[in-house]
Amino acid sequence: MMPAPARAIDVVNVTKTYRRYARRKQFATLKSAILSGTLVGDLRPEDSFHALRGVSFGVRAGSTFGIVGRNGSGKSTALKLVAGITKPTTGTVSVRGRISALIELGAGFHPEISGRENVFINGIMLGLTKREITRRFDEIVEFAELEDFIDAPVKTYSSGMYMRLGFAVAINVDPDVLLIDEVLAVGDEAFTHKCLDKFAEYRRRNKTVLLVTHALNLVERFCDEALWLDDGRARAVGDPRRVVSAYITDVEKQEERHMAEADAKAREAVERHNAAPAEPESRISRPESPRAAPPDMFQAAEGRWGSREGEITDVRLVGEDGQPARVFYSGERVAIRLSLKAAAPLDDFVIGIGIFNADGVCAFGTNTNIEDLQGERLEGEGEAVVTIDALDLVAGTYKLDVALHKLDGYPYDYHRLLYSFRVKSRTRDAGIYRPRHSWGFSGGVRVRERVAGS
Amino acid sequence: MLKNLRGLLKYRQLIQSMVARELKARYRGSVLGFFWSFINPLLLLLVYTFVFSYVLPARQPNLDPYALFLFCGILPWTWFSSSILESANVLISGGNLIKKVMFPAEVLPFVTVLANMVHFFLGLPILVGFLIYYRAPLQASELAWFPVVVLVQLVLTLGLALIVSALTVHFRDLKDILSNLVTFWFFATPIIYSMQDAPALAKRFLNGNPFTHLAISYQEILFYQGDFGHWKWLLALGAGSVALFLAGYYLFDRLRDTFAEEV
Repeated sequence: MMPAPARAIDVVNVTKTYRRYARRKQFATLKSAILSGTLVGDLRPEDSFHALRGVSFGVRAGSTFGIVGRNGSGKSTALKLVAGITKPTTGTVSVRGRISALIELGAGFHPEISGRENVFINGIMLGLTKREITRRFDEIVEFAELEDFIDAPVKTYSSGMYMRLGFAVAINVDPDVLLIDEVLAVGDEAFTHKCLDKFAEYRRRNKTVLLVTHALNLVERFCDEALWLDDGRARAVGDPRRVVSAYITDVEKQEERHMAEADAKAREAVERHNAAPAEPESRISRPESPRAAPPDMFQAAEGRWGSREGEITDVRLVGEDGQPARVFYSGERVAIRLSLKAAAPLDDFVIGIGIFNADGVCAFGTNTNIEDLQGERLEGEGEAVVTIDALDLVAGTYKLDVALHKLDGYPYDYHRLLYSFRVKSRTRDAGIYRPRHSWGFSGGVRVRERVAGS
Repeated sequence: MLKNLRGLLKYRQLIQSMVARELKARYRGSVLGFFWSFINPLLLLLVYTFVFSYVLPARQPNLDPYALFLFCGILPWTWFSSSILESANVLISGGNLIKKVMFPAEVLPFVTVLANMVHFFLGLPILVGFLIYYRAPLQASELAWFPVVVLVQLVLTLGLALIVSALTVHFRDLKDILSNLVTFWFFATPIIYSMQDAPALAKRFLNGNPFTHLAISYQEILFYQGDFGHWKWLLALGAGSVALFLAGYYLFDRLRDTFAEEV
């Protein structure tokens, strides 16, 4: 049997409980802190907050480990525990080797004194000796790209310069275990590349890296293992691709839930508005009465109007898997399914849809009349489906108008901006429309494909 | 706790460079720079001398020259009181370090006390100037006690600074309580008056004040003629200060893990 690989970080069944702020408990906690050495010893459950609940993970020496999760899921707490800044309430954390934590860059800088002096003091704070700093000083300054400003007081630095200097010092501590909390976003493109190169070098030299980040592509690209924290609990741990994709799926589900809730709220508000007598001081332009269309429909806020002789009872967006959804990838096939109902049979009707982006610009609009489909009869209940073979929109949030009206525009039921959906895209192109396209080069033009995500 | 105490030795480079930074940063950008360390006590002394020699003339001939007598007490008092007042705030204002970096928190009150000690040392040349100007009767055997007095004051101040800084994190009112208490403490110490002139009842009260014995020691060594007779008190205070320091360190160590959450 192979011996278990050496662990650089071991977190075993760790719970971290914070005290909720409560004035009247101030003395009690001070007393318990002095007597028992813990702040949360005799707190009642309603006074405490669990940042981590029974989390365990191990990081092999020489591997890169990523932690992902929503804001407030306990990622930073986990990192602080590993860094030894705070102690776990229960459970154990053990780390082997010299640690450097990139948690808050330049946390110890003093604004009044020069960058040079700050490098020395910051380095000593991080555990270097004066001699080590002298030896690495030029390298630090060069890495931070601050050769011209190193003797100026740090208070004159821009926030980018400040972060770069902090980063350069911390990374030059040459730790065995490097802890990184979302600090890669500090510099411009070029600096980010330099940081990534530095990580690659760390990996090559078999250093252990613990990375907390929202940049999921980094986790997929760099990490050997990943942990997904959700509300203080470990939801998944293991292969980064699997963990990240589980996390993304969960985030999308939650986004859809939020969008559905927001839409439901908007619809409810519209119904309430329609039921109530007209408010003369309503600030947004809403139709005068629930029956009449507003003067300029494309300027109107969300609303619903029409005679209701024919009604749109339900609107669903359906993705490729046939399930109702609200988050789609650019280029995905999407079907908009409208449930229709007519109290008495109608023979003059047009069904229309419109897609608007967040700025209120109409990205696409069509109806049965425009497309030479003559409404003949709408009787009882039925369904109309608009299938968009490829939703070629750029990433963003969009809203949907759906309408049922007469050929002359007389509205039966018009739903204005009551349904939203989000389009995701791997690229960050501009505009609204993302036509299918490709690039071609010939002659003296040469391009190279860049590694995605950097 | 012993392990942590030994760790303090490890941090001496850190403490040293932070004290240097504290001093550099304090006067950075001011025209007179380091001279403020001389000018501040000098101006303070001028005010007190003016008030107590001309506005409210001191009647005791044994306190002549009054400026010198005053200076012997005020200079160490300034070190003591600034250290205590600043250390009340030091963990809170250094919160970034405690929360975001693995940082030995006790370094912060140490740096405060030591930086103020450097200011005290920088004020000493003025004291020496006064001593020479007034041809004060100094004895080598007495002067040998001077470093001992300074050491006792250092240990006492460190102990108090540790306690004050740790407790203020949990009990912020302490900062305001202290600023009033320090004013009271100043007048409850024989600095602007002499111990001999205090009524008998007050003497017993004053003897309970640790800084009384430091002030008397400074005055006996630098101001009064004759041998240093207060050494028994001083050594007793020294022993008490070491005990206070250890108690303060124990308290600080006990509360250490709570700082990152509370500041």
